[in-house]
Amino acid sequence: MSSKKEFILYIEDLTVSFDGFKAVDGLNLYVEKDELRVIIGPNGAGKTTVLDLICGKTQPTSGSVLFKDKELIGLSEHEIVREGVGRKFQTPSIYENLTVYENLEVSYPSGRGVLGCLAFKRSPEVVARIREVAKEIYLDHLLDAEGAILSHGQKQWLEIGMLLMQEPQLIMLDEPVAGMSPAEREQTAALLNRISKGRAIIIIEHDMEFVSRIAHRVTVLHLGKILAEGSMEQVQHNPKVIEVYLGH
Amino acid sequence: MKTLFDRVFGGKHGLTSLAVLALILLAILPLSLDIFRLNLVGKYLTYAFVGVGLVLLWGKAGVLSLGQGVFFGLGGYCMAMFLKLEASDPISTKIQSTPGIPDFMDWNQLKALPAFWEPFHSFPFASAAVLVVPALLAFVIGLAMFKRRVGGVYFAVITQAVALIVSLAIDGNQGYTGGRNGITDLRTLLGHDIRSQQAQYVLYFTTCVLLIGVILLLQWMLSGKMGKILLAMRDREDRVRFSGYDVSAYKVFIFSLAAALSGIGGALFVLQVGFISPSLVGIVPSIEMVIFTAVGGKLSLYGAVYGALLVNTGKSLFSENFPQLWLFMMGGLFIAVVVLFPNGVAGIWQNLTDKTSRWFAARRKAPATAPAVEVNVPVSLETETSKTP
Repeated sequence: MSSKKEFILYIEDLTVSFDGFKAVDGLNLYVEKDELRVIIGPNGAGKTTVLDLICGKTQPTSGSVLFKDKELIGLSEHEIVREGVGRKFQTPSIYENLTVYENLEVSYPSGRGVLGCLAFKRSPEVVARIREVAKEIYLDHLLDAEGAILSHGQKQWLEIGMLLMQEPQLIMLDEPVAGMSPAEREQTAALLNRISKGRAIIIIEHDMEFVSRIAHRVTVLHLGKILAEGSMEQVQHNPKVIEVYLGH
Repeated sequence: MKTLFDRVFGGKHGLTSLAVLALILLAILPLSLDIFRLNLVGKYLTYAFVGVGLVLLWGKAGVLSLGQGVFFGLGGYCMAMFLKLEASDPISTKIQSTPGIPDFMDWNQLKALPAFWEPFHSFPFASAAVLVVPALLAFVIGLAMFKRRVGGVYFAVITQAVALIVSLAIDGNQGYTGGRNGITDLRTLLGHDIRSQQAQYVLYFTTCVLLIGVILLLQWMLSGKMGKILLAMRDREDRVRFSGYDVSAYKVFIFSLAAALSGIGGALFVLQVGFISPSLVGIVPSIEMVIFTAVGGKLSLYGAVYGALLVNTGKSLFSENFPQLWLFMMGGLFIAVVVLFPNGVAGIWQNLTDKTSRWFAARRKAPATAPAVEVNVPVSLETETSKTP
């Protein structure tokens, strides 16, 4: 790997074992700025666990995660978010009892402390930012709708929008197009391509057609280790990958 | 953006609720009850401070504490210590072997006032302690629990244990706390007799005004971003964490705030009833306070006030007539409310007003706009479905 490129995320020797079972085993992963990386692999390969380790939901047994030259291991979840890492969960995880507008508003990165929260005011910048993001995620006509009434795909977009509000430099998305209609997938692909500018994105995805449409680079995980890495083309023709994953 | 006025008073609905409560507390009850009964109502209203805190903590933040009696009691003790020192001046205690210290200390052979009692000579210090001591204890417990993500049943059990420990600690240190009898024989506040009828009226109205003030303050707080974060936390705690919020800090804050409010209640209780004892601190009162809140409706600040009034009025009526049965009835009431009316009296009221206003709206609109509605409904449904494939 060339050292001239600007890496935003360095993962080295990352290992986590659950009762002796190594879900992630000595993983090395480097992600550049402006890159859209897709992680694929069979079930149980450790894909979601890798995201959990980066965002602090799970603590690793050993290894290091450097983000913008800062060690993330040992920080708590909200501290990692404040460093500029955003995470979307596999099942859409939005606040069903708040409106789209409020969902975005509580994701705005100010007034996060208790006192800041009490003093928080809906300033013109906040309103402008909410409108901008809502437009980006195709929900500007539904700002006053409660989260609960959105369709599955719209909930997925809203959660992506909530991440965008935080202006993260690294976005991690776990199966963002699961349960979406073909038209929604199309829109999501366009959205992801737009938002990958100026930041890095890591996506876990099973849908190979969708992967080939968005991925800059693909990492194939198997049994907690990297099986292959490269462009979609390279990965698709890798015999090992075909054997454990694509062949099935 | 809502105006400050809207946030404090909660819009038209909030204004109505406020007007009704103010009318009942400040006009109807004082005019219709004798001072003995009114003083009882004043006592019940001090529990409402705990109830309002529980609405915040249990209803809004989703954290059930079964130890709020501790904070009520601590607030009460802070006030009682001041009043006791005022009542224990050297002249009125001159028959003691050590004049100038509270009588129970003298009975326990203490020769001097313990150091932690000294600052309670000062009224400003004691008033601040009423808020700060309960809040500080809640802060420490909250920090220890919420940072480790202890919640739900475990947290409730731990608060029960705290209630037991604190009540036993007060009970077991008779020389310092008055022991099981508590701190009794409180007479004056800054020279004014607190047992006179006039004082009882003043204290009753003070309690009402403070309670309403607390409700308005909390309405302001909950109508802003804090209310949304608490709702979001109950909905999806993990998501809030991954939006960059320190969830435990919010829980610690709410727990401490609820404790400080309970402390105010305790202090007002002592002023109106004239004593405090460990029986008001332990497990039983803590659970009773949860029951008031559940009956009133755990999501409604106003509900908590009505809950405290209703359950305690019921308690004094029934326990006068069927003293043995009262505890069973209280238990039965709690189960009935939880099973049948999870949002308590406030929930029932909300349902009724919703239904009647819908009925009125339907009656008013039906003849004039019926055709328009018929045309509108299918169109809006169609656009809705086409938007959400």
